[in-house]
Amino acid sequence: MQMRLISRIGEWFDRRLQLAAPIREAAEHPVPRNTASWWYVFGSAALIVFLLQFVTGILLAFVYVPSAGEAWSSLQALNHEISLGWFIRAMHGWGSNFMVAIVLIHMMQVFLFGAYKFPRELTWILGVFLLLMTLGMAFSGQVLRFDQDAYWGLGIGASIASRVPIIGPAIVKLMLGGPIIAGATLSRFFALHVFVIPGMLIGFVALHLLMVLKLGINEWPMPGRIVRRSTYLAEYHALTKTDGAPFAPYAIWKDLFFAACILLAVAACALYFGPFGPGGKPDPTIIQTVPKPDYFFLWLYALLSLLPPSLETPALLIGPVLGIIGLLLLPFLSGEGEKSWRRRPIAVLTVLMIAIILGTFTHLAEYTPWSPQMNAWSGAPVPKRFLHGTTALERQGALVFQEKQCRNCHSLEGIGGQRGPSLDSVAVRLTQDQLIRQVIQGGGNMPAYGNNLNPAETTALVAFLETLHPARQAAARDASRDVILSVRQ
Amino acid sequence: MPNDTTLSRRGMFMKLGILFNGLVATALAVPLGRFLLSSITRGRANGYLSWVPLGSVEKFPEGETRLATFRNPLVMPTDGKTVDTACWVRHIEGEQFQVFAVNCAHLGCPVRWFPQSGLFMCPCHGGAYYRDGSRASGPPERGLFEYSYKVHNDLISIQAGEMPTPGPTASLTPKERPCKCA
Repeated sequence: MQMRLISRIGEWFDRRLQLAAPIREAAEHPVPRNTASWWYVFGSAALIVFLLQFVTGILLAFVYVPSAGEAWSSLQALNHEISLGWFIRAMHGWGSNFMVAIVLIHMMQVFLFGAYKFPRELTWILGVFLLLMTLGMAFSGQVLRFDQDAYWGLGIGASIASRVPIIGPAIVKLMLGGPIIAGATLSRFFALHVFVIPGMLIGFVALHLLMVLKLGINEWPMPGRIVRRSTYLAEYHALTKTDGAPFAPYAIWKDLFFAACILLAVAACALYFGPFGPGGKPDPTIIQTVPKPDYFFLWLYALLSLLPPSLETPALLIGPVLGIIGLLLLPFLSGEGEKSWRRRPIAVLTVLMIAIILGTFTHLAEYTPWSPQMNAWSGAPVPKRFLHGTTALERQGALVFQEKQCRNCHSLEGIGGQRGPSLDSVAVRLTQDQLIRQVIQGGGNMPAYGNNLNPAETTALVAFLETLHPARQAAARDASRDVILSVRQ
Repeated sequence: MPNDTTLSRRGMFMKLGILFNGLVATALAVPLGRFLLSSITRGRANGYLSWVPLGSVEKFPEGETRLATFRNPLVMPTDGKTVDTACWVRHIEGEQFQVFAVNCAHLGCPVRWFPQSGLFMCPCHGGAYYRDGSRASGPPERGLFEYSYKVHNDLISIQAGEMPTPGPTASLTPKERPCKCA
């Protein structure tokens, strides 16, 4: 009786909506049997995390205040005052990390499986835009967590944008909504994060999915099965006929299981690690801060530290453009041919190389060896063994060494900055004259201290530096000195 | 035949309708565009810069570099603390000053002054500057940004209002100023 009522209500709606047939057709469309693989679940996982972001984002917007004066305290209220506010924030934050990761994995899988080739070029191109939008969401989301990192991160964004020839300063003002980072900046990033990019994302995701349905899921790549524009469509059609199965339920159950696992994983991270920040108050007069971007932009942070100054502006402005053009052109440059990664060594190497580069830069950015350690000079004393049995002058030199903050960039026994070389055995590398020259004139990325040290301080400092050599290894000496001295004698 | 005339008549109306919408859209695009670009055009028309006081000269002892804060001349109700800005004031001697932006000339992070080593150091990418603001080491391509200043009745003021950014002047080749420190 009840079932009949439900089905009658369903029929009443469907007579008007007429959606049941197309939905059933889409769900049951035949897919090649071997695509029912755990490798094919990342697209749907990206979609489910997007939906999670959508829901948690709306919930956060119930409380969040997009005003530079109040955003930070509204986040604090979410964290501490509103029931489960911290959990929704944590889910949204972790959801963002998962989304970027899943989108990248999905893209890598599509690339290695040759799924971007004919006739799925446009699906790939839409996917490239979806990746850019996902990164746009990640960056604008970091701005909405309006803390010190967000504030100075905007400054970095503005500084990069300002380097565009001619229109740079105008772009900065457009981006910031004024001459400085202020209320207008947060408001427009709120509009971008909540209206503009999500609106575009919904449209692009819909098109992306539509194309997957229209063109069929990419078949499992077989080495030797070559894609040709003239024959591919007929071959694919024949494959779904001879070795096909309806997407639902044959393949979809894996998508469903994986989606649920991903949601659970996001929730588990949210529960265990909690929400991200907010960090310190976005007050520009507090300059005791070490701004750092979120995880997925750490590689960029490292790159910006390591690029030679002369390369930086061209690399920043031209690099991304070339990268995006390359991704967009990929399906046209290799739209046919082998799909299997087994026959595409360059594709595999490219993925590995990009992964290693991004991984290395991210790892470097986690401990920032290029930054001076601002409190090493006052926090880490000179190890005792370097002072044992030294003369008064050498100990005075150790004092100069600490006081002039050499420690901020140079380590002793592994403690101190890593900006410059470790000085544990500097005396082996440099002679007295070279030490004096290096201290006074700087060079090789070291500032010159000539104006900041008087001759007595320099003498003491160099005397101390000359003691820095292993016990059984003599300090470097200028051999010509011995010659001159022996001639004099 | 009459059908054809009706069709072309309707067709013409449709085209006129499209044209009409196009005209309205163009007309509306002007205010929409001007609204969108107002942060650029406003700066161009009046300029964002104006003189703001940093305080009495006595706050900045000769030969030292001190942090000063000022309020941005343009304040909107939703700005909160973001309009309070810091800068480094170096009192050379007499009425000679240098006022530096805290923003690193590399990518805008806040630089800190260390009187002990006589350096400004940036926590982000490792830029360092000498006491006169010139580049010492690291990725910056130039010295620190300097505000114009004036001293009147023992009050020091600077011309501020825009966040300094490297801009297109961050040339493709590094330019280093010679160290002029005393």
